Amino acid sequence: MRRWKGVLRTPLGLAATALTIGVLVLAVVAPILWTDEANAVDTSDILAGPSADHWAGTDNLGRDIFYRTLVATRLSVELALSATIIAVVAGLVLGTAAFLLGRRSGRLVSAGINIAVAFPGILLALFFAVIFGVGATGAVFAIGLAGAPGFGRLVQTLVAGIGSRDFVAAARVAGVGRVRILFRHVLPNISEPLVVNATISAGSALLAFAGLSFLGLGVQQPRYDWGRLLMDGISSIYVNPAAALAPGTAVLVAGLAFNLFGESVAKALGVGVVGGIPALPRVPAAPEAEEVAAEVHHQHDDVVLDVRDLEVTFPGPRGPIRPVRGITFAVRRGEAVGIVGESGSGKSLTALAVSRLVGDPGRVDASRLELLGTDLRASDSRAQRRLLGTSLSMVFQDPMTSFNPTLRMGGQLAEVARHHQGMDKKAALERAVDRLRSVRITEPQHRAHQYPHEFSGGMRQRAMIGMGLMGSPALIVADEPTTALDVTVQQQVLDLLAAIREAEDVALVLISHDVTVVGEVCDRVLVMYAGKIVEDLPAGDLATEARHPYTRALVAAVPDMDTDLDEPLAVIPGRPVDPADVPLGCAYAARCPLATDRCRAEQPPLETDAAGRRVACWHAGEPIDVEIRDREDVYEEVEAS
Amino acid sequence: MWVLVTASFLMIHLIPGDPVRAALGPTAPAALVAAKREEMGLDDPILVQYWHYLQDLFTGDLGTSIVSQLPVSEIVSQRLPATLQLALLAFLVAVAVAVPVGVLMGVLTRRGHGRRTELAFTTSSVVLGIVPDFLIGVGLVYVFGVSLGWLPVAGNDTPSAYVLPVLSLAIGPAAILSRIIRVEMVTVLEADFVRTARAKRLPARTVYLKHALPNALTASLTLGGLILGSMVAGTILVENVFAWPGLGSTIVSSILNKDYQVVQAIVIVYGAAVLIVNTLVDVALALLDPRSMIRED
Repeated sequence: MRRWKGVLRTPLGLAATALTIGVLVLAVVAPILWTDEANAVDTSDILAGPSADHWAGTDNLGRDIFYRTLVATRLSVELALSATIIAVVAGLVLGTAAFLLGRRSGRLVSAGINIAVAFPGILLALFFAVIFGVGATGAVFAIGLAGAPGFGRLVQTLVAGIGSRDFVAAARVAGVGRVRILFRHVLPNISEPLVVNATISAGSALLAFAGLSFLGLGVQQPRYDWGRLLMDGISSIYVNPAAALAPGTAVLVAGLAFNLFGESVAKALGVGVVGGIPALPRVPAAPEAEEVAAEVHHQHDDVVLDVRDLEVTFPGPRGPIRPVRGITFAVRRGEAVGIVGESGSGKSLTALAVSRLVGDPGRVDASRLELLGTDLRASDSRAQRRLLGTSLSMVFQDPMTSFNPTLRMGGQLAEVARHHQGMDKKAALERAVDRLRSVRITEPQHRAHQYPHEFSGGMRQRAMIGMGLMGSPALIVADEPTTALDVTVQQQVLDLLAAIREAEDVALVLISHDVTVVGEVCDRVLVMYAGKIVEDLPAGDLATEARHPYTRALVAAVPDMDTDLDEPLAVIPGRPVDPADVPLGCAYAARCPLATDRCRAEQPPLETDAAGRRVACWHAGEPIDVEIRDREDVYEEVEAS
Repeated sequence: MWVLVTASFLMIHLIPGDPVRAALGPTAPAALVAAKREEMGLDDPILVQYWHYLQDLFTGDLGTSIVSQLPVSEIVSQRLPATLQLALLAFLVAVAVAVPVGVLMGVLTRRGHGRRTELAFTTSSVVLGIVPDFLIGVGLVYVFGVSLGWLPVAGNDTPSAYVLPVLSLAIGPAAILSRIIRVEMVTVLEADFVRTARAKRLPARTVYLKHALPNALTASLTLGGLILGSMVAGTILVENVFAWPGLGSTIVSSILNKDYQVVQAIVIVYGAAVLIVNTLVDVALALLDPRSMIRED
C-alpha cells in the first residue's frame, strides 16, 4: 500500500486521483439529484445560449444542457467501464489461450493477436458496431472487443514472463494441471499490472465511446451520454457553442483523469519516485599550488600535453564524487606514456578529461591543461575545436559501437578533413581512402563505401586509428584500444600504434588495465590508484625497479613463462576503492601489506627523485613479504641482518 | 490482407437478421426483398458467395449500393482522394512538427539537463496525446471557427478549409511522436559513436543532426508507423466533425443507412491503407538503417 501513496506525491498524480474520484462520485450522485432538471422540457426557451438559469444553454427541446451533461456522467462512465470489463475478460481469454493451448495453437492465437493489435481500434469498433447493430449495447461490445487484442497481448507477455519462472516450472513438474497453474500461480502475479492498465484503458474507452456516440453509432435517443450530447451540440455550435463545449469538456476531463491516474499508478508502482540530484557545491580550484614548483622539470619546450592538478567531479546522491583527484603529468613530443590501474582508478576519465570529452554533469578542474601550449580550459571556440580536431586523436575501447552505424566509413573519416581542413567532399574522401590504406586496410577504395557493420572488430579499430590520422595529430589518446579485441588482433593494433608513433613522431597516451601491454608499447608508465597517480616510472623499470607496493602487486599479478602453474595465480587482495568513499590516508592502505598507522592517517605526497621518477608512498621500495610461504624466509633475512 | 477481406465478407453474414430487409425497411414488399436477395446472390451457399465475392474483388467490382444504386467502386474512388489528402497532410504536419521539437527537447534535456523543461514537455505532450482528435477538432472549431471566425469549419472547398481538419488530426500524433523522438534522442546521445563524433570536434549541429538524428529516427519509425495507422483511422471521426467529403463521413452514414455493401468496401480500403502504411514503414526502416538492408553483392 505504501507504494500506492507514491501516486499522490507528484502534482500530476494527485490531480488525476482527485479528478478520478470526483468523476466517480458524480457518476453516482448526479442522476439521483438532477434527473428532473435535466429532463424538464421548456419549449419557450429552446436553443438558448448560456444564462443564469441555464449555465450551458438549452437544447432543441429547451432542456438544460449543463444538468444533462452532469447526469450523462453515469451512463458515460457505466458504458466505458462495461466496455473495459469486456476488453479485460476477452483479453484474458485470448492472452491465456496461448499458455493453455500448448505450443502450436498457442502460436496461432498470438499471431492473430499481433495482427489485431496493429489494427486501429476505431476500425475494429466500427466493424463490431456493424455486426452488433447501432446502439449502446452494440457500442459497448464494439469498444470492448476492439480493446481486447491489446489486453490479450499484455496478458500474453505477462503470462509468458511468469510462466518461465521457477515456481511455475516446479508446479508443472509436480503434475499440477495447466488450468490450475494459471489460476493459482500465474493470474495472482499479474493482477497488479492488469488493474493499472485497465484503469488507463477505461479512460481510453470513455473517449472512444464519446467518439462512437458522436458519430451517432452509440447511445440512441432518448438516452444520452456525453458523446450524444456532443453530437447534438456541434450541429448548433454557431447558435450555442456551450452546448458542444460542456459535454466536450466533460469527456476530456473524465478521459484524462482515468488515463493519467492509471499512468501515475503505473509509474509509482514500477519505477518509484526518483529524487532530484542535489546541487553540486563549488570545488575550490587548483589546490596544492606549492606542488607546481616541484614539477618544473616537465617544463620543456617540446611538451605536447601539460596537465596539472586535474580533477573530475560528478554530482552524486550523497554529495559530489571525485573519481580523479588531482593528477599532474606531461607528455613530450613522440613520447609514449601509459596509464595503468584497475577499473575505477580514474584512468579512462583522465583520458576523457584531457581531450575535453567529459560530458555533463561531470566537471573538469585543473590549474593547467595545455595542448601544444594552448589552454584547453577556455570555453569552446572554433579555433580550439580545430586544434583538438586535428592535433589530438582519440581511439576508444569498443570499436563495435564507436562508429555511427548509419553512415559509410569513408564519410565518417572524411568528415574530419571537411570540417577542420576545409577540404571539399572529393578531396576529403580521397584522404580518407589514403588513411585507411595507411592503417593497412586492404582495398581501401572499396572499404570506404562500406558501413561499419561490414568491418571486423580489428579492422574497425584500425579504421578508428586512421580516422585520428586525418589531421596531423601531435597526440593520440588511446583508451583501452585492445580490450574489446581478440588476442591475435590485439597485437596488430599495438604494432600499428607503435609504427605510427615512430613514423609521424606522434605522442601516445595509452590507457590500459594491462601492465604488459603498457610495458611493451610505452616509454613511461603512470600508475593510478583511486584517482591519483601513485607512481611514475620508466616502462623498462616496471619489472624490477617499481617502488610502490601497488605497482609491484600489479606486476606480480601477471603470469609469465616462469610462473609455476601449480601455484595459485597471484592476486591483489581486497577491492578497489569506491570513488564515493575514499579513505582519509593512503587509499591503498587497506590492501597494502606494508601499511602502517601513518598510511591510514596521512596521505603520502607524490615525491620526485633525482632521476625524475615519482612515487607516492611512505614505504616506497621496502621489501614485501608477498606470499605467506615466503614469510619465514623474510624473518630469517631480518634476523640475519 | 486475406484476414481483412474475409472478415469484411463475414461481416455482412454476421449481422443479425436480413441485411436486405434492414436496408429496404420493414415496409418493403417481400417480393422486392426476395428479388434483391436473388440479385446479390445471398441465397447461394456461403462458400459460393465467398468465391464470387473474391472474384468480384479482384476485378475491382465492389458491388452496388443498396441505398443509392451507384456502384460502390465509384463511391469509393470519389471519396478516397479527400481522405488521402487529409491523412497525408496531417502526417506531414505531424512529422514536420514532431522531429524538430523532439530533437530540440532531446538536446535540451539530455543527461538530466533542464528537468523543468522536461516535466513541462512530457506533461503537455502526454495530455495532448490522450485528447482524441475529434475533441481537438471541436475545440478548434469553437476557437477559430465560431469565436474568431477566421477559418471555415466545414467542407474542403478552399485551402483555408484544410487548416482545421489537418490540425486536429495532426496535433495528437505530433505530441506522441515528438515524445518518442525525444526519448530516443536522449538515448542515442549517450551512444559511443556520438562520443566519437564529439571527439572529432564536429560542430554541435552536425553531431545532433547528422550523427544522432538518423539513429534516433530508426527506433522512432516503428512506433511512428503505428501512429500513422491510427491516423488513417482517425480521419473517420475528424471528417465527421468537419463534414469532410471523404470515406470517413461516408462509412458512418452508410452504417446508419444500413448500406452494408459500401461499409464493407470502405472497411477494406481502410484496412488496406493501414497495411500499406505498415509496409512502407518497414521499407523506410530498411533505407535508414543499412544494417537491415539485404545486400546483393
